[in-house]
Amino acid sequence: MNDTNRTHDVATTQARNTAPTDERTMIPRVDVFEDDAGITLLADLPGVPKDRLELKVDGDTLLIEGAIATPTPQDLQSVYAEIRVPRYRRAFVLSRELDPGKIDANLRDGVLNLRIPKQEHAKPRRIEVRAG
Amino acid sequence: MYESLLNFPGAFFGEFERLRRELDDVFGATSVPTSIRSVAPGTFPSINVGNTPESVDVYAFAPGIDASKVDVQIDRGVLSISGERISAVPEGKQGGQVYSRERLSGRFHRAISLPDDADASKVDASYRDGVLHVRVGRRAAPQPQRIAIQ
Repeated sequence: MNDTNRTHDVATTQARNTAPTDERTMIPRVDVFEDDAGITLLADLPGVPKDRLELKVDGDTLLIEGAIATPTPQDLQSVYAEIRVPRYRRAFVLSRELDPGKIDANLRDGVLNLRIPKQEHAKPRRIEVRAG
Repeated sequence: MYESLLNFPGAFFGEFERLRRELDDVFGATSVPTSIRSVAPGTFPSINVGNTPESVDVYAFAPGIDASKVDVQIDRGVLSISGERISAVPEGKQGGQVYSRERLSGRFHRAISLPDDADASKVDASYRDGVLHVRVGRRAAPQPQRIAIQ
């Protein structure tokens, strides 16, 4: 009985200690632009390798999360740091005419390139006017 | 009633930002002398510097650049990194609507003072996942020298 209580306490204190640092993230800078066929989103995620990048679509929310995993020497001591949080996170709300099922993602040199196409019926089309 | 309309969710975080600035004013960066070459936060590329017994390691977070066109120089103990990033946002009418343009484009330059024992002849630079890593070796610690009195 006592033992289970103790483990519970340890778990909660650990959660309390780690929670604030785990929550801290940087907001990646993005470029967003649209053409007739869809929206392109570019996000700066320097230091994030492909396997540490997570893209999630939940309903109409697109979530971009990435962790910096730049290899560093074992005995490296930091003397100056502008990047203090090794994690990026940013969420976007997609509008209805976009097709979240067909998002194409590409990560190269720390830049994420997302292509979000429009649904077929939402693409602009020219309406023929018949003379009659 | 109008107040509730003006309470955007962003203002909540804006309050934290204001608090952070106030704390910085009292305890933070402004009360400590900074490097003569320091720049405003958010300057491209962000830089982290670390030391090992054998080297000084500089990490520049510069995503989406052509590594072959980056200029890395060491001149009199100052490491400078410069280059250019070309905007990916299409220009002109055929480009369509641009909603945000937050990523830096154009020329960039950063300079970092290296410690005295940095050896400019032992430099190694690599680029991976958008991070430029410059490793500058250190000279072996000089032995103390005895000076004879004439």
